Amino acid sequence: MSEELDFFKQVKKVYRLLLLLFSLFVIAGGALVYYMANPEFFNFNKAPEVAVVVEELDPDRIENGIHVETGFVDAEGMMTVVRNCTACHSSKLILQNRMSADRWNTAIKWMQQTQNLPDLGKNQEIIVNYLATNYPPVDTGRRPGLTNIDWYELD
Amino acid sequence: MKRRSFVKKATISSFATLIGAEIIFGSNILEGYVPLALQDPDPFKMFNKNKEMVLLNDKPWNMEAQAHLLDDAITPNSCMFIRNNGLIPETIDVKNWVLKIDGESVTKEKTYTLAELKSKFKQYTYQLTIECGGNGRSEFNPPAQGNQWTIGAVHCASWTGVRLRDVLEDAGIKNNAVYIGYHAADLHLSRDPKKEPISRGCPMSKALQDETLIAFKMNGEEIPLVHGYPLRLVAGGWPASVSGKSLNRISIRNIVHDGEKMGGDSYRVPCKPIEPGEKIKDEDYCIIESMPVKSLITYPKSGAIINKGKTLNIRGHAWAGELEVTKMEYSIDYGSTWKVCTVEKAKNRLAWQHFKASVDFPQTGYYEVWAKATDSNGKAQPMLLPGWNPKGYLNNACHRIAVKVK
Repeated sequence: MSEELDFFKQVKKVYRLLLLLFSLFVIAGGALVYYMANPEFFNFNKAPEVAVVVEELDPDRIENGIHVETGFVDAEGMMTVVRNCTACHSSKLILQNRMSADRWNTAIKWMQQTQNLPDLGKNQEIIVNYLATNYPPVDTGRRPGLTNIDWYELD
Repeated sequence: MKRRSFVKKATISSFATLIGAEIIFGSNILEGYVPLALQDPDPFKMFNKNKEMVLLNDKPWNMEAQAHLLDDAITPNSCMFIRNNGLIPETIDVKNWVLKIDGESVTKEKTYTLAELKSKFKQYTYQLTIECGGNGRSEFNPPAQGNQWTIGAVHCASWTGVRLRDVLEDAGIKNNAVYIGYHAADLHLSRDPKKEPISRGCPMSKALQDETLIAFKMNGEEIPLVHGYPLRLVAGGWPASVSGKSLNRISIRNIVHDGEKMGGDSYRVPCKPIEPGEKIKDEDYCIIESMPVKSLITYPKSGAIINKGKTLNIRGHAWAGELEVTKMEYSIDYGSTWKVCTVEKAKNRLAWQHFKASVDFPQTGYYEVWAKATDSNGKAQPMLLPGWNPKGYLNNACHRIAVKVK
């Protein structure tokens, strides 16, 4: 009887030992998985966290009447211009120019003849109207004066 | 496969994934070359340009200098304007790069590798003035369409290469040859592989000049990608668009070359003077050849304030297309009186010439110093804008800087 009891005790001991070992594995494994997901957690010397507000990049954002992504004046027809005119070239090319409706139309015709610009259909009128209204020619005379002079002392 | 080359190939293919396009010859890519699409989006860093350069357009790339940035005798890369009609080639495979000579008027079509060009022909170095045909466009009235260049689309770098003439003669030029046209590796803005963004050229007389080069070096170094790596045609004194970048073919034509931007109002002006804003027929346009006489005051920068009684030393450069600048003058009274500047001879034909003068001011106040060059045919720069033309080419009006005497 005592022998039987002794054996039973021994089995129990081994059982406990195995259980402990197994739980240690589970804890260690769990910790490892957690470390993979949050490697910063075990870094006790880390700098205090700083909250960073990520500004949302909204392609349609307008600030002070200007379309931020392209620099276009926010007016009727602007998105039609963005969609049709800025796929091949930069909006900067348009913003540099000041032309009448007739000459904006000529520019479109040239792009259709040589630059693979497809027929714009009804959009052409919307585009030219927007451009001629917001980017019309300005009479600068035979020679504009010097402007925006950045004055500095010359030693 | 060696580990290193595997890593290189793997990196290039991941580049390809990133930019959503296959990079042809990825494994042959130039060492140290990072595909443009992945480079720093800051064009000043990407092209090694001075921060004071002015970006006009970013698709395609167009950037100009300001007058004071062009003060060096030989323009460094950092201050050279960029004018691209299409997109910069995405890959340059220098090992397999060939220049082909073909066309109706070539005796025998030939191709040359870069190594062959460099070893077979004698090499020459010239300082060559290259100015964009549209430099000064921003001042035309009514406004002319295109990139609104002010004064900074000009440079004079030192170019090293072989004479175009030597290469053309090696392939053989037939008697009926009239023009050469270049073809290049740049991409059309629409990315249509069948279209060329620009394919211009020049008459045989210009092609056969001593100074017309197929260059492979700029200021003693490999030509930067944005300026035409690995081969650039350099035709000094003519609109910069004749100096085609990233060349891979030159056609000897029996007609005036009819490539992209040789017709319409591209690099062409009315043969006869027209009223500002007037429309003309296609046949009434003439191709721009030699650029007109012009000059720039590169020192001091406009806006200088000096003390009364102090002499102001000014300097700059003058050029005259195919011709020489024979006289250089300045005025501080809006052209009422002109005083002579000293002007040096050109380092070689088609290089810009340096001028300087010491300017005294009679009293305090606001002044403008105007500079005027005269060419060997007696033609001088106009103070007002020259003849209006639809695309705003050839503005060679006098440059001027503002000065205050206190």
